[in-house]
Amino acid sequence: MKPGLSKESNSMPTPAPILTRGIEKPPKYRKNWWKLIKQNWELYLFLLPTLVYFLIFHYWPMYGVQIAFRNFSPALGISGSEWVGLEHFIRFFESYNFWTLMYNTLSLSVLQLLITFPLPIVVALMLNQLIFKRYKKFVQTIIYAPHFISVVVLVGMVYVFFSNNGLINNFLMIFGLDSINFLADANWFKPLYVGSSVWQETGWAAIIYLAALAAVNPELHEAAIVDGASKFQRVLHIDIPAILPIMIILLVLSVGNIMNIGFEKAYLLQTPLNQSSSEIIPTYVYKVGLQQAQYSFAAAVGLFNAMINLILLWYVNRIAKRISGQGLW
Amino acid sequence: MDLSSINRSKQDKIFDFFNIALLTLLLIAVMYPLYFVIIASISNPDRIFAGDVWLFPRDITFEGYIRIFQDGKIWTGYKNTIIYTTLGTALNIALTLTAAYALSRKDFYGRTFFMVMFVFTMFFSGGLIPTYLVVKDLGMVNTMWALIIPKAVAVWNIIVARTFFQATIPNEMHEAAKVDGCSNTKFFLKIVLPLSKPIIAVMVLFYAVSHWNSYFDALIYLNDESLYPLQMVLRNILIQNEAAATMVGDLDSFAAQQRIAELIKYGVIIVGSLPLLIVYPFIQKYFVQGVMIGGIKG
Repeated sequence: MKPGLSKESNSMPTPAPILTRGIEKPPKYRKNWWKLIKQNWELYLFLLPTLVYFLIFHYWPMYGVQIAFRNFSPALGISGSEWVGLEHFIRFFESYNFWTLMYNTLSLSVLQLLITFPLPIVVALMLNQLIFKRYKKFVQTIIYAPHFISVVVLVGMVYVFFSNNGLINNFLMIFGLDSINFLADANWFKPLYVGSSVWQETGWAAIIYLAALAAVNPELHEAAIVDGASKFQRVLHIDIPAILPIMIILLVLSVGNIMNIGFEKAYLLQTPLNQSSSEIIPTYVYKVGLQQAQYSFAAAVGLFNAMINLILLWYVNRIAKRISGQGLW
Repeated sequence: MDLSSINRSKQDKIFDFFNIALLTLLLIAVMYPLYFVIIASISNPDRIFAGDVWLFPRDITFEGYIRIFQDGKIWTGYKNTIIYTTLGTALNIALTLTAAYALSRKDFYGRTFFMVMFVFTMFFSGGLIPTYLVVKDLGMVNTMWALIIPKAVAVWNIIVARTFFQATIPNEMHEAAKVDGCSNTKFFLKIVLPLSKPIIAVMVLFYAVSHWNSYFDALIYLNDESLYPLQMVLRNILIQNEAAATMVGDLDSFAAQQRIAELIKYGVIIVGSLPLLIVYPFIQKYFVQGVMIGGIKG
């Protein structure tokens, strides 16, 4: 492998931060802003409904999050309710299930990240090197499909496949193994959760890497072939460097969302018997907040969760920027 | 020139062999569960329990489907979901396209401010409880609006559509139209929209699928069963085992009920995913385009 090759692919210009890309303001527009607004008044009407939507359904709840520091009662309203400071947070930290919830949430999302992050990359690299192009198309069509299955149907499939006389236990029986009560066993909650994600999302998540791989200049590969590089070497030294920037962005995004692990699936996969490992912060917030109507306490737990997320995201973005020179902002 | 097929070294042949073998395994792993649900839904449940059903349906029966189609709840769910999906998607498209177009214009004063304001909500939100209280204060709880209006726009789709507009509608085009006395609204309706059919298709699909598949908002905002969307009905059958009980109530023994309930579960998985399964092969490429516009050019 010539060192020149990897160097060439490394020296690709680093793209601008993904979220602010293309919204720099040309300096000439800084003056005459009033003229611009007058000229484009219709565009403000275009934006108005969306702006109102964000103010009502995103920024009003942010204002309302202060109920985490109050004893909210619907009759008194947000600002009328008594201010209690950090009382609800302290109650949560001191509650008997605080560490269980933290452990369940973190271990589930870390496991999910460790397994679901690398797999699509491997699949994309393999598909990209597949020599039969029509077969490649066929595989792609099939492995994208589960993405469109709803979470209810997905968990429904888990229930029928892993029930006591379902497909999996029938399969175990062929090998003379004892049947396992997967859905009632707390130890099996995480494997079921992560495994069903792998089945559903691996193909879909590979699309973005495949697109990046399709953009690799074929001359790089041709030059490498002339130099006698094997396929495996080319994957290692051409394909992987080509998708590195997008890998970093997606990694930052997923680490920043680590505490946002989906409520929807965890809640559906919960059975009374696996709660010791399936109760995570979002399901707890739902139960305490909406089923028991302890609004303030649940808001405090939710805010705590959101803050951890925000700090993680900021921190990971900083690390990514230092290492690779690019981040989300 | 495809050099790779001309002189493949022995090493590359091994690579290709394992590559094809592993991808075929992956293909089977993804496909088989879907296939099994189909054959199980028309097999005798006793044969499923006994582990006789692997590759082909056994003792074909349509009793599961017959009971599903006789059940009113599924139809109500279907009807509700179609209404929510249609109205919701129409609202989504109207807001997303107008906002994204405004934000795509370089001469739109304040675009950075608005963009940052919208993107910020991707990373921080008030959370479940404060959002619920807002919807409740607006009097939307237990109405269909709770499933539509709080989901009026998705930030990510604004980013995708804006990127598309920036790439396909050059500034010069608008400048020229302006010289000819064309207003912004007219330009948007007559020029931008007709040029944006691909992105509109992508947006319709993204939004429609997310409406079709969502159950969470119905879970927290609706109490009235007659308003339940399909996914809530499916949840009750598949996970709570509830509705299935009403569908097999005429059967005498518990064992017979269990048998048919299992069959019904396989059947509703198919019935619930049918519309998507049918259209998926035709629309797949639009979804892929959408992901690529958002990811690469974004």
